[in-house]
Amino acid sequence: MTPARRISVFLSRFSWARLILLLTAPLFWLGAVYIVALAALLVTALWTVDSFTGEVRIEWTFDNIVDVVTGALYQTVTLRTIGVALLVTVVDILIALPIAFFMAKVAGPRLQRILVVAVLMPLWASYLVKAYAWRSVLSEGGVWASVVEPFGGQTPGYGLPAVVLTLAYLWLPYVILPIYAGLERVPNSLLEASGDLGAKTWRTIVSVVLPMLKPAIIAASIFSFSLSLGDYITVNIVGGASQMLGNLVYTNVGAANNLPLAAAIALIPISIMIVYLAAARRSGALENL
Amino acid sequence: MRLSSTARAVLATVTTLVLAVIYLPLGVVLVNSFSTSTTLTWPPPGFTLEWWGRAFRNVGALEAIGTSVQIALGATAISLVLGTLVAIALQRYRFFGRDVVSLLVILPIALPGIVTGIALNNFFRTIIDVRLGIFTIIVAHATFCIVTVFNNVIARLRRTGTSLEEASADLGAGIWTTFRLVTFPQLRSALLAGGLLAFALSFDEIIVTTFTAGSGVTTLPIWIFENLFRPNQAPIVSVIAVMLVAVSVVPIWLAQRLAGADQAQH
Repeated sequence: MTPARRISVFLSRFSWARLILLLTAPLFWLGAVYIVALAALLVTALWTVDSFTGEVRIEWTFDNIVDVVTGALYQTVTLRTIGVALLVTVVDILIALPIAFFMAKVAGPRLQRILVVAVLMPLWASYLVKAYAWRSVLSEGGVWASVVEPFGGQTPGYGLPAVVLTLAYLWLPYVILPIYAGLERVPNSLLEASGDLGAKTWRTIVSVVLPMLKPAIIAASIFSFSLSLGDYITVNIVGGASQMLGNLVYTNVGAANNLPLAAAIALIPISIMIVYLAAARRSGALENL
Repeated sequence: MRLSSTARAVLATVTTLVLAVIYLPLGVVLVNSFSTSTTLTWPPPGFTLEWWGRAFRNVGALEAIGTSVQIALGATAISLVLGTLVAIALQRYRFFGRDVVSLLVILPIALPGIVTGIALNNFFRTIIDVRLGIFTIIVAHATFCIVTVFNNVIARLRRTGTSLEEASADLGAGIWTTFRLVTFPQLRSALLAGGLLAFALSFDEIIVTTFTAGSGVTTLPIWIFENLFRPNQAPIVSVIAVMLVAVSVVPIWLAQRLAGADQAQH
């Protein structure tokens, strides 16, 4: 028996050995690199920075966390960031639902393929270029202004509305794709059965399609919500003077050189995402992210 | 459910409108790549081919593309291996801590990039003390790319079931042979789709990259970030963005075709 054959026999006899073989490398990677890195960051939040040298000093204190939890600035920015992330997510889902439905249930196979390509392609134009293009579109005398001004409208300019618009634009493909995949899994026969039993279109959508689609919608929302939650670049490009949590973390790592405070601020999006993921898990959404 | 022709028409109109909005900013970028203006001004004062010529001779941009391709290939290769391993483990076995493992796979993409970025930056510099560079970017990117491969592979495994693998084992094939001749061919198009998404994710990533790149490495997004606001470089950035979208059609279309052919077989 060759060694390979012998290992094969051993592995087919013991399922725990197969499992160890499968899990060792990925768990080492995610555990020893990612989780250790995250844990180290969280510990840093309990340290302090020497005000003279700017070096991180290992001196245990809850000051950073108390500052972040009680500071008015952090509370305002946290609420603003959550508001923006929620709004972006809702807008994206409302836009994605009809498109995904058209792609999965109305379009023929050929059109379907073309539409998937059309939705995926913009992902390859750089994120920065797209954000900057929106800056141009929304500028005074830009495309937006030249389209709506004849009708008495005006460009929203740079600020939170522009941030919501740009972020919703950037993450839209990430929201359409899971919802489209979820709709593909809803069998047509079920929709027909609902129709045969007398349900009108709207009733079928509300009572059959949406409940089956719920995990896919939640899975899609994780993308748009978390991507918006940590963004600081789009805010810089189209947000005017507005700040989001990402900006606060970024300034404290960079210009202010205060890693402990940055880590304490980072705890806010981490806790929000953990609550969000826990809620998503209960709905079974993580099974088809 | 039978959709009335009005409902179909409404859905078609909404889809067309949204696609138009999706491509509007890209159209602005395309027009600007031919504009005589050096910033993104609208409407363009005149048209020129100068930027297209200069983009192909721009050493900084070409090198940045090379670096980004190298990193994306590395990160994709690692995430293909790790993502497939976890997906097989979670789909085919029931074990204690299964939920924790699946959470672990999702976490790097679910947490904001800036959190992952500073956590890994801190890890590389102060805990294991490695120099930031291409290697650290690949490690960071692979960490959040695993999930795209994982998703595609686990969905495929769920659909194919285990009967073919059991038949292969009953006929006397060892686990290597079964994987090579039965499992892998079934996974191939899922791996391609997941790998493509991982490549795209890594190629366009800027936030985690900023924190794990150190000073010597310039990926394409970092190069774009540095040049977007420079008057004579902004139009060249537009040219490169247009080219990337155009080139991306090939792999996306290919993946679609393969997925379609796979579905036809089942």
